[in-house]
Amino acid sequence: MPQKTITIALMDPPYESENLTTAFRLLDVMARRGHNINVFAYEGASALAFAKQAPHPNPVHGKNVAEENHPTTKDQITALLALAAKNGGKVDWVNCGMCVDERGVGEFVADTRRGSPADFHSFCEASDNVLVIPTK
Amino acid sequence: MAEYLLIESRDPFESNDVGYYYELARGLSEAGNQVTLLLIQNAVLASRPSAQAPQLRALVSTGIKILADDFALQERGITKLLDGIQIAPIDVVVDHLEAGHKILWH
Repeated sequence: MPQKTITIALMDPPYESENLTTAFRLLDVMARRGHNINVFAYEGASALAFAKQAPHPNPVHGKNVAEENHPTTKDQITALLALAAKNGGKVDWVNCGMCVDERGVGEFVADTRRGSPADFHSFCEASDNVLVIPTK
Repeated sequence: MAEYLLIESRDPFESNDVGYYYELARGLSEAGNQVTLLLIQNAVLASRPSAQAPQLRALVSTGIKILADDFALQERGITKLLDGIQIAPIDVVVDHLEAGHKILWH
């Protein structure tokens, strides 16, 4: 399959909805196939790349941070970018600027950027296909 | 004729909107389009033979291809499906994206 450019819009915040589990599964497949991926992280999803996310222990189960091995979405995004690059694709991950300002999550992991809905419009115009994953 | 992938993430016991989405699939199919309905997340609960989901059952054998996400089934311990519903990996969504089909998520 020749390389495609695919845009995904996300709206759910981290650690709440199964939508994001499914979204990351889709992004993983796209990265493995070497496609170029555009992500527009809107509303709550603008916190997915927040750099100050931290894994936590689980005192109820008596586990420290390492034993709990709590996944963070910022690390999943970093891994996604590396996987895409390894397979010849690239990821343009845009965090909605107004959304991050509202939430105080304006510090992003490397190689993601601030943007606006205008970026989503540009993504749509330049993509082979688009999938919008709305909140419930 | 267009090709559609309709992704349903909710189960019909959670939201009445699911019934409308099934009807959208039927309408698109009856209008001559090629339609695939993919059940993901809680939507796979309706694929059990014991589920009271008459609207989904009514879609079987209408020409609509009905798929259920393997991961969602495994998470929920579902091993038996209604006749006419096939198990599929999430890769099928990327297949449709690559092919330029129209994709909706509910």
